[in-house]
Amino acid sequence: MSPVQVFRFALAGLAANKLRSALTTLGILIGVGSVILLVAVGNGSSQSVQNAISSLGASAITVLHTEGSAGPAAAPTSAASTAFAEPQNLTVQDAQALAQAQGVASVSPVVSTSQTLDNGATSDSGVSLTGTYPSYFPAENDTLSEGSYFTTQEVNTARNVVVLGSEAASDLFGTVNPVGQSVLVAGIPFTVVGELATKGSSGLTSADNTAIAPLTTVQDELTGFGSLNDVVVLAKSSSQVDTVEGEITSVLDLRHHETAADADFDVLSASTLLSTASSTAHTFTVLLGAVAAISLLVGGIGITNIMLVTVTERTREIGIRKAIGATPGVVLAQFLTEATLLSMIGGALGVLGGIIGTRFTIVGVKPVIVPLSIPLAFGVSALIGLFFGGFPANRAANMRPADALRYE
Amino acid sequence: MMTRPLPHAAGPPSQAHPEPVIQLVSVVKTYGTGEAAVQALRGVSLEVAERDYVAIMGASGSGKSTMMNIIGCLDVPSEGQFLIDGIDTSALDEQQLAMVRNRKIGFVFQAFNLIPRMTALANVELPLSYAGLRGAERRYRAEAALHLVGLGHRLQAQPQQLSGGQQQRVAVARALVTAPSLILADEPTGNLDTRASADLMEVFDRLNVAGRTIVLITHEADVAAHAKRVIGVQDGHIVADRRVTAPGALPPYLGRPTVQP
Repeated sequence: MSPVQVFRFALAGLAANKLRSALTTLGILIGVGSVILLVAVGNGSSQSVQNAISSLGASAITVLHTEGSAGPAAAPTSAASTAFAEPQNLTVQDAQALAQAQGVASVSPVVSTSQTLDNGATSDSGVSLTGTYPSYFPAENDTLSEGSYFTTQEVNTARNVVVLGSEAASDLFGTVNPVGQSVLVAGIPFTVVGELATKGSSGLTSADNTAIAPLTTVQDELTGFGSLNDVVVLAKSSSQVDTVEGEITSVLDLRHHETAADADFDVLSASTLLSTASSTAHTFTVLLGAVAAISLLVGGIGITNIMLVTVTERTREIGIRKAIGATPGVVLAQFLTEATLLSMIGGALGVLGGIIGTRFTIVGVKPVIVPLSIPLAFGVSALIGLFFGGFPANRAANMRPADALRYE
Repeated sequence: MMTRPLPHAAGPPSQAHPEPVIQLVSVVKTYGTGEAAVQALRGVSLEVAERDYVAIMGASGSGKSTMMNIIGCLDVPSEGQFLIDGIDTSALDEQQLAMVRNRKIGFVFQAFNLIPRMTALANVELPLSYAGLRGAERRYRAEAALHLVGLGHRLQAQPQQLSGGQQQRVAVARALVTAPSLILADEPTGNLDTRASADLMEVFDRLNVAGRTIVLITHEADVAAHAKRVIGVQDGHIVADRRVTAPGALPPYLGRPTVQP
């Protein structure tokens, strides 16, 4: 008895009950399709998060001031604490010390405050005003669309110049070129020297509703000379980010006389954000995959169920086949082939459906197919046919011909 | 699939006493165990010679269906021996029994038992498929068998498109297509009208003339009248064994001067 003949018998068996075969196939189709699609959705969202984070600048490190100040202008040691390491301000001197550390390309001390900008005709409130050094722009991946950045010279002389983010610029000046125009920040006049290109939103806040001015000017006119909000450190290359992070921590711990336990700063880099985000995305993908795998399992149980019904229904036929010489092996092969065909047809259609499904954007995520998920889902569906079809096929193969022939 | 050889018959067949096609030696068949045990056969011994045409008669419950299952290798005796072509079936496993059924026995059932949704030709080809024959030879032999039973014009018909008599003739074609040692028919006319019954019995008579050994199980006297030997079964025993003509002679109906093969 050739395998081709067994295959033909199996096809004839499936064709005898087309609707039932189609519905059983549908169960596997949905299972395999959802494995491929959901894993692709998980993968797609993980990739879009990674892209967003790496656009922040792979070699930029932010040192955040965390405790010990009620605001940049607050007195440094107002608390009556007797703790050994009093929380201290993050200062320009700290930033200059960091500039000496190994692997550091540039250091930009940052103060930030929310201000209302006014050009006499229009006002724009809630603009994030940043006071910093010119080195801040490359560290933050900012680019100009109009004018120029302010210079180190302008920082040293505390000139009232400002670079506007694209949203702040369009709110105040519409389509007019803002360069050379005057703008009031909290009533103090500033000259606009440049406009930044649009960066897009990151999370809830717009990265474009900003204004960036020299550090000295902002401290003089608005925030006073208290603690910096943060220091942006640019590593010489992204591979040195980890080393530089360690350097920053040891330099600041030394200067502030403290240990890791009572540190008054946080060191954040794109790579730390990236690893947190990718582990979250990985969990998400695994969860989606697990849900899909369960639906594949349910499809497999559907195959067992339908094959059991088929075997019972065809008991008499099995008896006839055995009476005219079908060996248990041939009967087993026929029913196993039927089950495996069902699951493999379902698997193939599921792969097709999954691939088509990933061409659409799903809940705001552009799915990206994980190539391994296709052979894996298809292979599992074939194995499901063998495994879940095995029990009914075995039952058919071991029927006693005399009993099977008597079955009504 | 069918590569394992069957065990050889013990001893060479002698010319003077040709080996019996089937041989039952004190066969007992018990269903169930303990208190609920029912003895369907209580020690049956029987030999059927080559070219013989035997009718086994008995009322329902007499044990004739059990006998048919054992002769057809569909069931095994609880005690005693059953030999077909000298092969002791108690020594065979399921796979070898399947081979014996395929090569040595052709079944004809009361309910026809064709496989639905398969053409007459495909039904007749089926035992040849299980024997491992190639497509072209299968087709050639199956067509020949269908021509022999007078259905050469209905090769592509499905069972449900055929009359009862035609279905039963397809079943006969399927039984003889493997050239078995024995054709075993269980109430073959039970579901047929008089006309179709007569046609079918004529087919059996001609097959016997052509050299086939036939065992018929029936409770109809006019069917049994076609046989060369009639055996009566009652309560699991053989109670009658009447020889009509010799195994080598023409069957009684065909032996009549008016009908010639």
